[in-house]
Amino acid sequence: MTVSYDNSKAVFEGIKAAGITSISALPETWLGLLLQRAEDDPDVDLIQVAKEEEAIGVAAGAYFAGEPHVLLMQNHGFFGAMNGIISLAQLYSIPLCMLIAVRGHWGEPYPWHTRGGIVTEGLLRALNIPYEHARDPEAVAKQIAEAYTFSRSSLSPVALLLTRDLMED
Amino acid sequence: MERAKCLELIYPEIEDKLVVTIMGACAQELYDLGHRESFFYLQHAMGLASSIGLGLARHLPHEKVIVLDGDGSALMNLGTFATLARYRPSNLVHIIFDNGSLLSTGGFDSHTTAGITDLAAIARGAGIEHAVSVTETMGFGEAFVEAMERADLSVIVAHVDAVGPDIYGMDFALPENAFRFKRCVQERRAATGWKPPPRPGSVGSA
Ligand SMILES: Cc1ncc(C[n+]2csc(CCOP(=O)(O)OP(=O)(O)O)c2C)c(N)n1
Repeated sequence: MTVSYDNSKAVFEGIKAAGITSISALPETWLGLLLQRAEDDPDVDLIQVAKEEEAIGVAAGAYFAGEPHVLLMQNHGFFGAMNGIISLAQLYSIPLCMLIAVRGHWGEPYPWHTRGGIVTEGLLRALNIPYEHARDPEAVAKQIAEAYTFSRSSLSPVALLLTRDLMED
Repeated sequence: MERAKCLELIYPEIEDKLVVTIMGACAQELYDLGHRESFFYLQHAMGLASSIGLGLARHLPHEKVIVLDGDGSALMNLGTFATLARYRPSNLVHIIFDNGSLLSTGGFDSHTTAGITDLAAIARGAGIEHAVSVTETMGFGEAFVEAMERADLSVIVAHVDAVGPDIYGMDFALPENAFRFKRCVQERRAATGWKPPPRPGSVGSA
């Protein structure tokens, strides 16, 4: 398995094209090349957190400040961020545009990812978080822009799920 | 030392600043001094007040951002000290009222009650240079003045009694606080010449 260089670039360019200037993230394999680009880009402010729930607070601060922001994390980080999503974002009607790498699903060779992969969509549904899968590098920029737009119009968390088809070669 | 007294002391300095406070007792004591549109009350999500502060401070270099935290809340997000140290927002003052208690949920002892856990030492160990502990109202006032004058990230751990207000209540719903706070923040930012990005739905037809 190798992380897709071209598709990481497509996702990053999609983020930029959506007008995003601020990113909070916790690194993981599929997000590595993407975050490298964010770090190297002078027009994007990357804030790396120690745990994903912090990013919910950072995203709320960026939203209050008026700064277009997305969150990058893997699904296990989404699990660890859940109270922040519910008790900050949803409770106060604060939008979150989350790009979530879904590890542990179809084709997953690593056992440690699998429980998380299996429950991810059920948890998103339980939290009423609208989500879409990103599989096609041609479509991902539009999906990111739509996710961001929808988070802002609905004032709620939304998730774009970055899949194996997209993130691996 | 009482938190309500500390808040009263600094209120004239913070009433025109962006303030993010934790829930319950601390939120109420601030509110009772007089609500301002620049105050955000984080009424439930423990640990995230300082993370919101970072998100604000990072994008609003012209503002001084004040975070009012508690020992129980800070203990739920110790990673925040390392994140703050890494990005070192020079315009953030992080005040932790350490009452050794989970006061707003019934006053159970917290890990800091017996004085074993030292939050200022944790902050320093995480890499925050200016992190002090204070036990007297005078000392608190001095530490606060220094923090406000310093162009660097400051953490103040204020050891206070585990007491809170008798009566609770605010005259707005939680999302309303968020909406008004956001409007206030953006108006202040716009006054610096900044233009907000277009809102969804502001171009094209519905
Ligand atoms: C995740 C979570 N667990 C438990 C609670 C219940 N709870 C409400 S207030 C509180 C204590 C807050 O303590 P601290 O931050 O020290 O502030 P204090 O109330 O002492 O001023 C707790 C545990 C909660 N709000 N969230």
